[in-house]
Amino acid sequence: MPVIRVEDLRKSFGENCVLRGVSIDVAAGETVVIIGASGSGKTTLLRCLNRLEEPSGGAVWLDGTSVGGSLAEGSGVWRPASEKQAAAQRSQFGFVFQRFNLFPHLTARDNVAIGPEKVRGMSRAEARALADIELTKVHLGQHADKRPAQLSGGQQQRVAIARALAMKPRVMLFDEPTSALDPELVQEVLDVMKELAQGGMTMVVVTHEMSFARDAADRVIYMEDGVIAEEGPPTQLFGSPQTEGARRFLRHLSHD
Amino acid sequence: MNIDWEIVRESIPLLAEGLVVTLQISAVSAVLGLILGVILGLGALSRSRLIRWLVLAYVDFIRGTPLLIQIFLVFFALPMIGIRFDEFWAGVIALSLNAAAFVAEVVRGGVGSIERGQTEASMAIGMRHRQILVHILLPQAYRQMVPPLTNELISLVKNSSLLSVISVYEITRAGQAIISVNFVPFEIYTLLALYYYVLIKAISWLSARIERKLPAW
Repeated sequence: MPVIRVEDLRKSFGENCVLRGVSIDVAAGETVVIIGASGSGKTTLLRCLNRLEEPSGGAVWLDGTSVGGSLAEGSGVWRPASEKQAAAQRSQFGFVFQRFNLFPHLTARDNVAIGPEKVRGMSRAEARALADIELTKVHLGQHADKRPAQLSGGQQQRVAIARALAMKPRVMLFDEPTSALDPELVQEVLDVMKELAQGGMTMVVVTHEMSFARDAADRVIYMEDGVIAEEGPPTQLFGSPQTEGARRFLRHLSHD
Repeated sequence: MNIDWEIVRESIPLLAEGLVVTLQISAVSAVLGLILGVILGLGALSRSRLIRWLVLAYVDFIRGTPLLIQIFLVFFALPMIGIRFDEFWAGVIALSLNAAAFVAEVVRGGVGSIERGQTEASMAIGMRHRQILVHILLPQAYRQMVPPLTNELISLVKNSSLLSVISVYEITRAGQAIISVNFVPFEIYTLLALYYYVLIKAISWLSARIERKLPAW
C-alpha cells in the first residue's frame, strides 16, 4: 500500500483552476520531486495533501485512510473531518515552508518541542529532550537556545525541518524549501534533506534545485497547467524529456 | 483678571479627593474592561460564526452610540427593568462595557496582524484553533497591543469625567461643586486640566516602560 495516494485531485480558486486532476502514489521511503514553472500548481498540490488548502475535488489517502473527511457508507455523501480529526491528520504530514515560518517568540528548542508537547501530549521535559535530538540531526545542537532572529536563513530552515520531524510524520512535504535562501545557504539545507531521504523518510519535494532532484529523487514529476505532464526517474526525465513543455522548462533552468 | 489664589490653595486638596475617586473608577473599569474585552476579542476570533457575529454586533453598538447615552442607559434605563446600581457602580459598569468593545477590537486586530504563515505552521504540526491562539498568536500580539491599549486607558480616564452628570463625586464633579459655591471657573477648570494632564502623562510614561519591558525578538 502506498503511503500517500492522490486521486484526481482538483483545486480552483474562484474561476482560476489550479489543479485539474492529479493522481500520484508515493511509496514508503520514496522521494518524489515535483518541478514545473511557477503557476503550474506544484505548491497548491502540496498544500492540498495536508489540507492547508481544501481541495475542490478528488481524494487523498494516507496509509489507506481518507484525509480531510470521508464518504459516508452507502449514501456516498462527503463528510468533512472535525477540526480535531483534521488537526490530528495534519500532524501525520511534516510540512516545510518556503519562508520557514518559525515561531519568532520561541527558541529553536521550543519551536521544535511545542508540537510534541501540545499536540502529542508529551511532558515538557520529554518534548525538549526530543527537540535536542531532532536539532542534532539537522546539525544545530549548538543553537538550541537561540531565537529564530539570531539564526541564518539556512539554520532557520533546518530548525523548521527539525520541528516537522519531531512530530514523527509519515511523510515530509517540502514547499520550495531553499527558494527564500541566499545562494551560499542553500547547500546546507539540501544536505540535510538528502540525509533524510537516505535515511528512508518518505518525501515529496517541490523545488527548483535540479541537483537535489538528480542526487536524491527516486522519481521526478513535471507539472504544467495543473496536471502531471511527465514523470519518471531523474535520469530519464532530465536525460530525455518526452514532452515539449518539459524540454523547454529544463532548457530555461540550465540557462539561469 | 485676578486669580483667586486663596481658592486655588483650598481647592488643591479638595480636588485631590475627587482624583482618588477618578483613579478608583478608572482602575476598576480598566480591569473589568480589559477582562471583558479580552473575552470578547477571543469571541471575535472564535470558529463559531454566531459568536463572532454577536461580538461584532456589540462592538458596533458601542461604537455607534455616544458614551453619555450609554451612561444614561445604565443609570436611568436599567433600573426601569429592575437592575439598579448606585452612581459609582453604574459609572464603572458603563465605562467597562464601553472600554471592553474597544479592547476587543485591539485584541482582534493584534492577533489578526500576525502573519498567516504562523497559523499555517501551527496547523501543519497539528495544533488546534485554540492552541494556535494561546501558544502562538497571542504571545506575539501582546507587545503591539500595548500602545492601543494605552490609548484606550487614556480615553477611559478622560471619559470618566462624564460621570459627573450622574453625580459621581469624581474630580470633575468635585471641581464643579467648588465652582457652584465660589464661582471661580477659570481657576478650577485650569486646575482640573492640570490634574488630568499629569495623570495621563503618568499613564503614558508607565505604558512606555511596560512596552520596553516586554520581550522583543
